Amino acid sequence: MADQAVPMEQHSPFLQHHFDDLDQQLDSSTLGMWVFLLTEIMFFGGMFGAYTIYRSMYPEAFASTSRHMIPWLGGINTAVLICSSLTMALAVRSAQIGKRNLIRIFLIATMIFGIAFIGVKFTEYYLHWKDHLVPWAGFQYPEAPQFFRQAQILFCFYFFMTGFHALHMFVGLGLLTWLLIKNERITFGPTYYNPVEITGLYWHFVDIVWIFLFPLLYLIGAHS
Amino acid sequence: MSTERREVTPINYLNATTGWKSWLFTTDHKRIAVLYLISITVFFILGGIFASLMRLELTTPQGDMFSSDTYNKLFTMHGVVMIFFFLIPSIPATLGNFLIPMMVGARDLAFPKVNLLSWYLYIAGGIFALAAILAGGVDTGWTFYTPYSTTYSNAYVMPAVVGVFIAGFSSILTGLNFIVTVHKMRAPGMTWGRLPLFVWSMYATSLIQVLGTPVIAITLALVGLERVFHVGIFDPAIGGDPILFQHMFWFYSHPAVYIMILPGMGVISEVVGCFSRKRPFGYSFIAGSSLAIAVLGFLVWGHHMFVTGQSMYASMVFSMLSFLVAVPSAIKVFNWTATMYKGSVSYNTPMLYAFGFIGLFTIGGLTGLMLATLAVDVHVTRTYFVVAHFHYVMVGGMVMAYLGGLHFWWPKITGRMYPEIWARIAAAITFVGFNLTFGPQFLLGYMGMVRRYHSYAPEFQPLNVLSSAGASILAVGYAIPFVYFLWSLTKGEKAPSNPWGAKGLEWETASPPPTFNFDHTPVVTEPAYAYAKEEEVHVG
Repeated sequence: MADQAVPMEQHSPFLQHHFDDLDQQLDSSTLGMWVFLLTEIMFFGGMFGAYTIYRSMYPEAFASTSRHMIPWLGGINTAVLICSSLTMALAVRSAQIGKRNLIRIFLIATMIFGIAFIGVKFTEYYLHWKDHLVPWAGFQYPEAPQFFRQAQILFCFYFFMTGFHALHMFVGLGLLTWLLIKNERITFGPTYYNPVEITGLYWHFVDIVWIFLFPLLYLIGAHS
Repeated sequence: MSTERREVTPINYLNATTGWKSWLFTTDHKRIAVLYLISITVFFILGGIFASLMRLELTTPQGDMFSSDTYNKLFTMHGVVMIFFFLIPSIPATLGNFLIPMMVGARDLAFPKVNLLSWYLYIAGGIFALAAILAGGVDTGWTFYTPYSTTYSNAYVMPAVVGVFIAGFSSILTGLNFIVTVHKMRAPGMTWGRLPLFVWSMYATSLIQVLGTPVIAITLALVGLERVFHVGIFDPAIGGDPILFQHMFWFYSHPAVYIMILPGMGVISEVVGCFSRKRPFGYSFIAGSSLAIAVLGFLVWGHHMFVTGQSMYASMVFSMLSFLVAVPSAIKVFNWTATMYKGSVSYNTPMLYAFGFIGLFTIGGLTGLMLATLAVDVHVTRTYFVVAHFHYVMVGGMVMAYLGGLHFWWPKITGRMYPEIWARIAAAITFVGFNLTFGPQFLLGYMGMVRRYHSYAPEFQPLNVLSSAGASILAVGYAIPFVYFLWSLTKGEKAPSNPWGAKGLEWETASPPPTFNFDHTPVVTEPAYAYAKEEEVHVG
């Protein structure tokens, strides 16, 4: 739209035509991401709700599965994700002050942590598979046969919840790759850092989901 | 009528660019609304065909036309198509998409590309649903109850579940876009208290879409995983709880009922105000009751499960909360009535649909109260009484409002007027046909005719024939607008920018609007619906 009576800022190459200024654009994209994260909370919330119901129905069976979890691997992964959140936050900060090299370094660091997390997670999946703990691949539970059926439900939850979480990690890694390419092509700075900002929000959310998953799945039997 | 406009065709969103690519890759909210309009019409016709086949079968007590398996598939696909692919996107994705940016004075929705993505997701979901239908259909009922859907059904459950799952994300993205647009894109002077009531109702709808839809997404994902891997969370064979599925399903699907009525209420608030030449009575109460319905709607899902063995005390709480929803709904009905009181009421087509809406929604709502009563519900559960109740709300309410809104904003969307006489006739036929179709079903249900069977006791035949006859009249009522809307695209009289003398920013720009809606960003200086009584409707 050819419009003369507009502020100089409108000519910023990053401003989309339907926004009045960059502030409105940043506010909108940030609010949009928060609303999206709200939907994600409801998405995972459905699984957390169902998990809570079954755990209150079958507390002993659920606790008995703890001996098959590998808390130190889960613990390492928790630490890895927290570190990745730090580097993500630093990447956002670097974008705000417009330091291309720092953005690149912190994005790559975040991706390395993310890939490390997925590597550890899939190692765990492999170990569970070897122990016949995958419900759809010859589930066996010889140590506590009375819990055979109920433990299967817990392992369903384990694979579905961590699986959906891992799926979100893959999406996050995709977004980070996109940012890495974008960072080489355009200059992030104090007036335009929206993509880094909202990817950061997403990454922290996926991190927080794990913070809830870890104790609920790995440490059920620890207090008994 | 404007005569000088006939000479030159100004640049508008329809003729600004041409070619199929300019439509399929558009980010213009108005064009996306038109894309949605076309695609939901296809699904409406499809769902209507399934309904007609059912009504045809039910003209005789014997199951002589379709086997019970085929009949199961017919009502399932009627439900899936009509609910997920017509009613839920109906007003939000067409009128909402088209109007919300204009009503708040913006050039587009906050995320135009996300808006286009939502249409593609809708189409992708629709293709999966069509694949399920063409492959042989689904027979689980639109509710996909476990363990039948996860374990026992031999029909094409997976493509249908995947289709609904994907279409759900289209709904989420539409809601997200509307919320951000209403928060961040309002024109100078467009305060929250000056927003049109349609925007308020769409905002409440969007909250439900954003908060409810993810829950059905995860629920259906779990159903799909169970069906594929033959293990699972709702599987009673390993100690799972199939009732939990119903809780999770209705946690979305009851609020979804309000996705299917709140936008209609928004349309009616606009239409009643305009054709009564009055500011809607109790603006803030109508706006607030939309939000109240959205909030309360999340707390009543258990009333779908009174006979499933859920705790009696839970049922009592759900029953009482369900009664509460009647309060904001009634506030709206009383306020529309009060708006017409001492107003200059004119009987244009949109207003006829609004009258139909108010009457039919009142019947649907009051029978809803009967169903919220525990003892009555146990008596009529799974009968045609329930079928009649929700069709009065969804078809008598939402489809009436959708058609009313389509007539009201048709001049704005297409720049053409529809033939008023034919439109009034169609509105009357729709009203008569609807009542004849679903009125007898209240009686049938109360007498004990169970839903979802292709055969029934012979004494129910007269009322069933009446209902089927009504359905054919209703079909005529829907076919007439379809024909004259198409006719009006080329032959209709050119529409002025504000044919109804209505208030609101969308009427201050040309019909059809330019690509960026306004030539200059509007500045709002007066409250919504500043109608002066002496203004007349120009067309009629």
